[in-house]
Amino acid sequence: MDMKERMKLPRHPMPEQDPKVRARNFDEVPLGYTPETAKEEALRCIQCKNPTCIEGCPVEIDIPGFIKLVAEGDFLGAARKIKEKNALPAICGRVCPQEDQCEARCIRGKKGEPVAIGRLERFVADYERSQGEVSIPEAASPTGKKIAIVGSGPAGLTVAGDLIKLGHDVTIFEALHKPGGVLVYGIPEFRLPKAIVASEIDYLKKLGVKVATSNVIGKLKTIDELFEEGYDAVFLGTGAGAPTFMNIPGENYNGIYSANEYLTRSNLMKAYLFPEYDTPIVKGKNVAVIGGGNVAMDSARTALRLGADNVYLVYRRSEKEMPARIEEVHHAKEEGIQFHLLTNPTRYIGDENGWVIGMECLRMELGEPDASGRRRPVPIKGSEFVIDVDTVVVAIGTGANPLIQSTTPGLDTNKWGYIMTNEETGQTSREGVFAGGDIVTGSATVILAMGAGRKAATAIHKYVMNK
Amino acid sequence: MAAKVLEKEQLSENVFKLVFDAKKIAKKRKPGQFVVIRIHEEGERIPLTIANADPEKGTVTVIFQTVGKTTTHLSGLDVGDEILDLVGPMGKPTHIEKVGTVVCIGGGVGVPCVYPIAQGMREAGNHVIAIVGARNKDLILMEDEMKAVSDELLIATDDGSYGFHGFVSQALEEECIKKGKKIDHVVSVGPVPMMMAVCNTTKKYNIPTIVSLNPIMVDATGMCGACRVSVGGKTRFVCVDGPEFDGHEVDFKQLIDRQRIYLDQEKESMDHYCSCKQGRGGK
Repeated sequence: MDMKERMKLPRHPMPEQDPKVRARNFDEVPLGYTPETAKEEALRCIQCKNPTCIEGCPVEIDIPGFIKLVAEGDFLGAARKIKEKNALPAICGRVCPQEDQCEARCIRGKKGEPVAIGRLERFVADYERSQGEVSIPEAASPTGKKIAIVGSGPAGLTVAGDLIKLGHDVTIFEALHKPGGVLVYGIPEFRLPKAIVASEIDYLKKLGVKVATSNVIGKLKTIDELFEEGYDAVFLGTGAGAPTFMNIPGENYNGIYSANEYLTRSNLMKAYLFPEYDTPIVKGKNVAVIGGGNVAMDSARTALRLGADNVYLVYRRSEKEMPARIEEVHHAKEEGIQFHLLTNPTRYIGDENGWVIGMECLRMELGEPDASGRRRPVPIKGSEFVIDVDTVVVAIGTGANPLIQSTTPGLDTNKWGYIMTNEETGQTSREGVFAGGDIVTGSATVILAMGAGRKAATAIHKYVMNK
Repeated sequence: MAAKVLEKEQLSENVFKLVFDAKKIAKKRKPGQFVVIRIHEEGERIPLTIANADPEKGTVTVIFQTVGKTTTHLSGLDVGDEILDLVGPMGKPTHIEKVGTVVCIGGGVGVPCVYPIAQGMREAGNHVIAIVGARNKDLILMEDEMKAVSDELLIATDDGSYGFHGFVSQALEEECIKKGKKIDHVVSVGPVPMMMAVCNTTKKYNIPTIVSLNPIMVDATGMCGACRVSVGGKTRFVCVDGPEFDGHEVDFKQLIDRQRIYLDQEKESMDHYCSCKQGRGGK
């Protein structure tokens, strides 16, 4: 196909489950490209001499390189190419905000639509897995250095993948009973199937990474005790795990959840399969989700799948200011989530048994831009109204969990409790202790945590080899 | 971490003791702390207070009442069986210091929880008065053990079949406070209505009172907020801020409401378990 023809190819849409059907099941929403679609989409890439897409990728995948292999039909080769830089492509292909990263820099996006890089990454990873031919690189010769990684989310997994390939002895400590962090407790099955997370972690195990679940570092062992046990360096990737509430009256009524609890029950504990699984969840009929981020969208869409009649997405700013990915907002709307924008809850109303039955809200208008650059929502006086609800999910962000910081003397944190690090190396105020991901930045994205993990892994390698 | 059952004992009709092989936790745990257990792949996570631990043998003891599916399943385990996860030690340890006379009150399955606290309080040099209560004589737990870690032991039964006839809160008022014993500190562990009654009594006499709470939890690491409770008007997480709080500040009504969130599902889960058990062994 010549360049002219290639330029004419339109971006291939992602086949998806029908909105009405998928709103009542937990199966994955996008169905994935076929090999034919993937090849054709890959032909849209014009193989720029100076590709800008790579600059947009926090882990610097050779994007034109893998796409060329896809176009040639060498899907396994493409998978190997991605894995030179990214050990978790099936996950990133699904949850990265490509529209703000690689795809935002794609030359083809200047006039028309960018190459669907994320969809191709996902296709390649899925293809490799379905072939059962996941390639295991040759093991590096052992360095004799022991590294402890605390937390098995995206940051910790990236550090583990990078360091094991360099020949270090790597152990991940995870507080919960399953590894994956936010990938298993937070992101729902319909957006990131747990079997995929499990297989990416299996890949790391095959490389030699040890995973110790149900180990709560800070309680069972302190960081100092890890050093006493002979670890040469420690990476902290514990995430921003503490839920935030609004501290408005009635917030502890029955039926009001933090998004963390709601999603953990459904995703990690599989409450949507109750009573086959033991963990229950309140299956509300009228559910309000407070917030405008990806977690709010995940919660709202989960509520729908649990059988709600009405799911209200209540956000204090307008849709333009929503931090959620456009695709997630689009999916939520398609499935029938009702958006109450410029609306902010002020108190909850409960019955005599302590169950929430209503939520009083104020209407808001947008004022001057605030510190985040977004226009500040200002309440409209006297605009109170009540929404009837039996379940509420508060998804307004998370904070730092102090478990490690409070048991590690000399570990500096900022005023919000996040660990302070050198941005380039992840080095903390304690020698041999590195950190990255949400526990440093506050709630961000999977790929940014992976980017931080990549940098920290490089620094940890340098540190232990010079020790 | 998986953990093997090393010993099992039935203490009363619905109360069981299990001793787990859990070396690391046994070494670390302090009085007042708890573990989270998950029995099998489809299982839920439930918190259980550590009743005892032996750092030398590497064992952790839990004592529990069968109230729902998970505890019923747990009670059916035999020596040699393994559970998938035993996590801990969770929560803050009891603040133990020498204050003078400390009354340690345990009601029902609260007794095993107050036992290590009484032990710690005594070791710290306090004069320990233990009050152990239950509905009737057969349900009194750990009488000998409590006797061994206290200077005085009072038994109270609701039906009067053994010891003081009445609730532990009444025993505290009638047998200790009104008899002029100077009490510096009270620790009370048991069913919520019992702790509430004890706190109402001690509030009258201005005696500082600590209660240990056992609400519904999921992760128990401060991540989800399922266990939140109002203490002095502020929301606290029992798993990481507790489990012990100033009993005079706890909103017990809210605590009771929140413990009832899943009553219907708990019944459904139990029915499902029983029907499965009849059919194919159950899990």
